[in-house]
Amino acid sequence: MKMTGAQALIKSLEMQGVDVMFGLPGGAILPVYDPIIDSSIRHILVRHEQGAGHMAEGYAMVTGRPGVAMVTSGPGATNIVTPLANAYMDSTPLIVVSGQVATPSIGTDAFQECDITGVTMGITKHNWLIKNVEDIPRVVAAAFHVATTGRPGPVLIDLPKDISNQTMEWYWPSSVDELDLPGYHPVIFGDPVLVGQAAELIAQAHRPVLYVGGGVLKARAAEALRALADRTGIPVVTTLMARGAFPDSHPQALGMPGMHGHYTAVTAMQRSDLLINLGARFDDRVTGRISTFAPEAKIIHVDIDPAELGKVRRPDVGIAGDCRRVIEELLLAMDARSDEPVVQDLAPWWRQLHDWQDRFPLHYADADGGAIKPQNVVEQLRDAAPVDTVVVAGVGQHQMWASQYWNFEYPYTWVNSGGAGTMGFAVPAAIGAKVGRPDRTVWAIDGDGCFQMTAQELVTASSEQIPVKIAILNNAYLGMVRQWQEMFYEERYSEVYLSPDLPDYVKWAEAMGCVGIRAESPEDVGPVIEKANAIDDRPVVVDFRTDAFEKVFPMVPAGASNDDIVVHPDQAAQQ
Amino acid sequence: MTPAHLSALEGGKSPAPRHHILSVLVENKAGVLARVAGLFSRRGFNIYSLAVAPTDEDGRFSRITIVVDVESAPLEQVIMQLDKLVNVVSIGELSPAEAVERELALVTVAVGPTERSQVIQLVGVFKGEVVGVGADRLTVMLAGRPEKIDDFEGLLEHYTVVELQRTGRIALPKLERH
Repeated sequence: MKMTGAQALIKSLEMQGVDVMFGLPGGAILPVYDPIIDSSIRHILVRHEQGAGHMAEGYAMVTGRPGVAMVTSGPGATNIVTPLANAYMDSTPLIVVSGQVATPSIGTDAFQECDITGVTMGITKHNWLIKNVEDIPRVVAAAFHVATTGRPGPVLIDLPKDISNQTMEWYWPSSVDELDLPGYHPVIFGDPVLVGQAAELIAQAHRPVLYVGGGVLKARAAEALRALADRTGIPVVTTLMARGAFPDSHPQALGMPGMHGHYTAVTAMQRSDLLINLGARFDDRVTGRISTFAPEAKIIHVDIDPAELGKVRRPDVGIAGDCRRVIEELLLAMDARSDEPVVQDLAPWWRQLHDWQDRFPLHYADADGGAIKPQNVVEQLRDAAPVDTVVVAGVGQHQMWASQYWNFEYPYTWVNSGGAGTMGFAVPAAIGAKVGRPDRTVWAIDGDGCFQMTAQELVTASSEQIPVKIAILNNAYLGMVRQWQEMFYEERYSEVYLSPDLPDYVKWAEAMGCVGIRAESPEDVGPVIEKANAIDDRPVVVDFRTDAFEKVFPMVPAGASNDDIVVHPDQAAQQ
Repeated sequence: MTPAHLSALEGGKSPAPRHHILSVLVENKAGVLARVAGLFSRRGFNIYSLAVAPTDEDGRFSRITIVVDVESAPLEQVIMQLDKLVNVVSIGELSPAEAVERELALVTVAVGPTERSQVIQLVGVFKGEVVGVGADRLTVMLAGRPEKIDDFEGLLEHYTVVELQRTGRIALPKLERH
């Protein structure tokens, strides 16, 4: 069957099972937009290409399927650089197809030309510039294979306009062997000898902690993790990327570790004699000053990316493999230890952990008739929402409060920008999440600074009838920066004040086809949430006017040791 | 990246005391060298020298020989990050003790009537070759172990070196005697 390169590209996406893509057309990608009219794939027209990228990420994070975005050359492509970088840091499978100027024009500084494969080399798992029309099906199949296997990540396919217009004989690669990837061999199974050594270390530990990262979610290993935790009784911390991988209601759940983690999660890791790292990467936001991190802990590190083993902290047992497979192998290795105990008596360790939990729970001072407390907004949103609600956050104070105060019971219910810390992530990512899981309530918890970066995508949501809910914790500041300036720059506030009412978020929401609501005092919060939850036919934006002086606690100051965790002032006396 | 000839000119010394040689088999595709070089700069690894050429008859693969300054990062981390590049097929690691290393240098020297014969003599001692002769210049070639080329370069400092180009080292594993 003869077809154009453009038709072959769309047909290849269909062959990959793509049901929806996010994008915005332009000159160089024009030929590819024509066959979209006849395709089964739903195309969602965004208002800015960054929105397309984050929507595709949100879609991927809740469904486990790769997100697909399409943009034109030059500025269209550079506008999606931030989502690519974001997906690279958080190992999200994202496929971006960009138009490129015609091959004879490449290198001539043609109109809307940009060397996007060069630009994105360091922020994609791999990218391709297609120079032969016959390569299109093979490259698309290879791109999906690379994006979704091993450590997932973003890929980019750059497609010159003349290649889109040429004709080819259709084919579809029948196996991975036909993808021309001689250097790509992701590992899956862990080395059984190392797994046995890991079981041995676990059996000897007195203060073990399961340090669970995003790799557990990527491997769809939540059930296996639950089995391992139940089998061993070991406490579990879930990193920012792993919230939902283990139910917060489980008695062994200690919450989130890190710079704004739960006191008990941070301190348990610090005092541990064995950290069992499952798909986490000893990120600086978790370890604090690395030289003083968990000084007495032996390390078991399981990661599908061998380069993570020893990158930051040298493991005693480093296992390259898929988290689900390795946890299953570990459980089998424990079964084989018929005569010996699987773990030591952990009761003394749990006594210590419970003592910390009792003394240092999450805490904020009551509103006391004053301004709305942002933490209280999160609690009330949580209590009024279905337990399987998808929660999406931007980056900053609101993100930390959302992670701290929401109770995550199921995997793939938390969507946020972790490694890259991309402000403006929430609105488009929530839209993509809702497209991926239309059956779920999707609440974005956003900051006023973040909201202003990408709010225009609510026009997309309204026109495409994607009923997301956005809670703006509006403190009129770039709050996290303000917090650092208050604590570490002697309250010298530099360029952090926004405004509570410029823009007018309610009017702005209404102008974008959403329902806009405002809560100005603590007694407004409950009724306003009830009103927002009652709307399911269009997007809702709620402007919560929150206390500008509220800070996120606990906090490990940047570069400090986790031993020097700062608790809420009300708790300081107990430390 | 520190081009070999620059640092050699500055110090006239052998490469960084702790170096390793990576022999990297890559797909011979557009942009692969940029991916490898970009990875080194992005991860903060230092390349001391680099040589690249096709390695099989049908030109599907190339071999990149990279001399890595292992004080900049643990070698294992360099190898594992490199291995993640989709176009990298395999990586061989050669410690200097286990490798045969060779390098080639071309040098143009300004020579007056007296220096001309001295330089030719020096080239003869080092078993090099005079490959170009001008009215007041000579271009000479020397191939050999990198240390030998360092020595030669050091001795040429007594003359006026107009241009000097070294290839960067290439290497293969030493053969077992038995």
